[in-house]
Amino acid sequence: MQIFKLSRKSLGIPYGIFLILFVVLPLLVLFYFAFTNGQGHFTLANLSDFFTDPNTLGTLFYSFAVALVTTALCLLLAYPAAYFLATSSLKQKEVLLLLFIMPMWINFSLRITALKEILTVIEGNLARYPFANAVVGMTYDFLPFMILPIYNTISRLDPSLIEAAKDLGANERHAFLKVTLPLSMPGVISGIAMVFLPAMTNYVVLDMLYNSTYIMGSLIGSYFSAYNWHGGSMIALILLAIIILFTILTGTDQDDRASGTGGALL
Amino acid sequence: MKKTIRPLFIILVLVFLYAPILLLILYSFTDATTIGAIRGFSLHNYVTLFTTEELRQMILGTLWLAIVSAILAVLLGTFGAIGSFYSSKKINIFMSSLNQVPVINADVVTGFSICILLVEVFGIDKNTFIPLVAGHTLLCAPFVYLSVMPKLKQMDPYLYEAALDLGATPFKALNRIVIPQISSGIISGFALAITLSLDDYFIATYTKPSTFDTISTYVVNATKGAQTTIKTALWALCAVIFVIVVLVVTVSNLRTMRNSRKERAGI
Repeated sequence: MQIFKLSRKSLGIPYGIFLILFVVLPLLVLFYFAFTNGQGHFTLANLSDFFTDPNTLGTLFYSFAVALVTTALCLLLAYPAAYFLATSSLKQKEVLLLLFIMPMWINFSLRITALKEILTVIEGNLARYPFANAVVGMTYDFLPFMILPIYNTISRLDPSLIEAAKDLGANERHAFLKVTLPLSMPGVISGIAMVFLPAMTNYVVLDMLYNSTYIMGSLIGSYFSAYNWHGGSMIALILLAIIILFTILTGTDQDDRASGTGGALL
Repeated sequence: MKKTIRPLFIILVLVFLYAPILLLILYSFTDATTIGAIRGFSLHNYVTLFTTEELRQMILGTLWLAIVSAILAVLLGTFGAIGSFYSSKKINIFMSSLNQVPVINADVVTGFSICILLVEVFGIDKNTFIPLVAGHTLLCAPFVYLSVMPKLKQMDPYLYEAALDLGATPFKALNRIVIPQISSGIISGFALAITLSLDDYFIATYTKPSTFDTISTYVVNATKGAQTTIKTALWALCAVIFVIVVLVVTVSNLRTMRNSRKERAGI
């Protein structure tokens, strides 16, 4: 019995080693490279360079701007869509929901290619509206990730709450503002978490839409191409700090992402 | 008025999501090189897609990578979850927290750090595919862990003990009792792993051999180039993937719908 109990627990050992090897160790390596120079001496230069160079600071602000506007636009499209769908009396709601989620499973680079072709037709020259293209591209890419969590929270709301609000004299608008909206905030927050951070880092969307302005992710890409591990590690750490801060602030349970990306399939 | 705005809004969002893809698919059946040009019907994009060696290798490579890393991720993630579930609370929290890191981390950061660790520090050659497979397994395994864990929590803990009392060996009890109970979690974890690997760009860019391409890295590079035959062949690829996704989604949902109907009939 004793030996066996050991064996049941020990099934987790390979994954434990895997996590230490590929999660803990890379983080330590990032710290080491971020705070050393080419000769292996301790330095804060990588950190101070980032916060004194107007270019990198500009990149930080541009990333925030792209991420903020993308998140706002996603919310503006996703919330009403999710709300209308969740509260509709349709029998085939799940089918419609699947239509909203299905783009997740089509390779994003091919979807952005499609969007690029359309935008080229509409705008004539993509270089004319780089910021708008970045935002539209990101919105196109991430919208399903915003719709799903919002739909899930709204559709799980107890309908008797709305009835109670109406019995107590609230009109349609008040019932929405005082009951549905506050109660759907967890879904909104996990949607924001799933859109905001990728929008700061997914520089391929910009690349593919011919926007050559850097966002935070592109900085890592450019240091990588230049074999500058020290500069790249510092950017990675700064991004990690933003991600951790963001996760603490939103307090999102990331299990949502697991159910978000594949749960609807099976 | 309100009643018409609701469906209209839903339709508009769907048009935004699908119009680009559907137009691209429509144009993949023509000999046009840009969307908007009115040209004749042609299947040459599909011929190029299925006969160009470079494209064939890139597609097969992507599939192989997805299957290998999904299998590794399922093995590591499932047994990791079982081990962690039956361990002390401390170890459970420790593993679950480490498991969250790749989930919340940006893929750029994950890919970059794996590349530095394996290539720069350990000196492993990217051509061995070890950094790429390790990176993709790291991308997928945490999601397998996350889809198996709730099934373990839902499981009746006495079933396993009962199997042992009835004389089953621990291995048999695990194989016959635990695994079937959590199988839906394993299957959805596997499906998730496949889709994550297929869609990844960043981890592959930082860890792949320079001569190897996944669909994502290939498409991104192809959009920068000026080769129109390849460019429009990728439209055909988009159409093929679209059809496959629609089929998989329809079949799996018909199956779950039939199952739930059966369950309802059973009650």
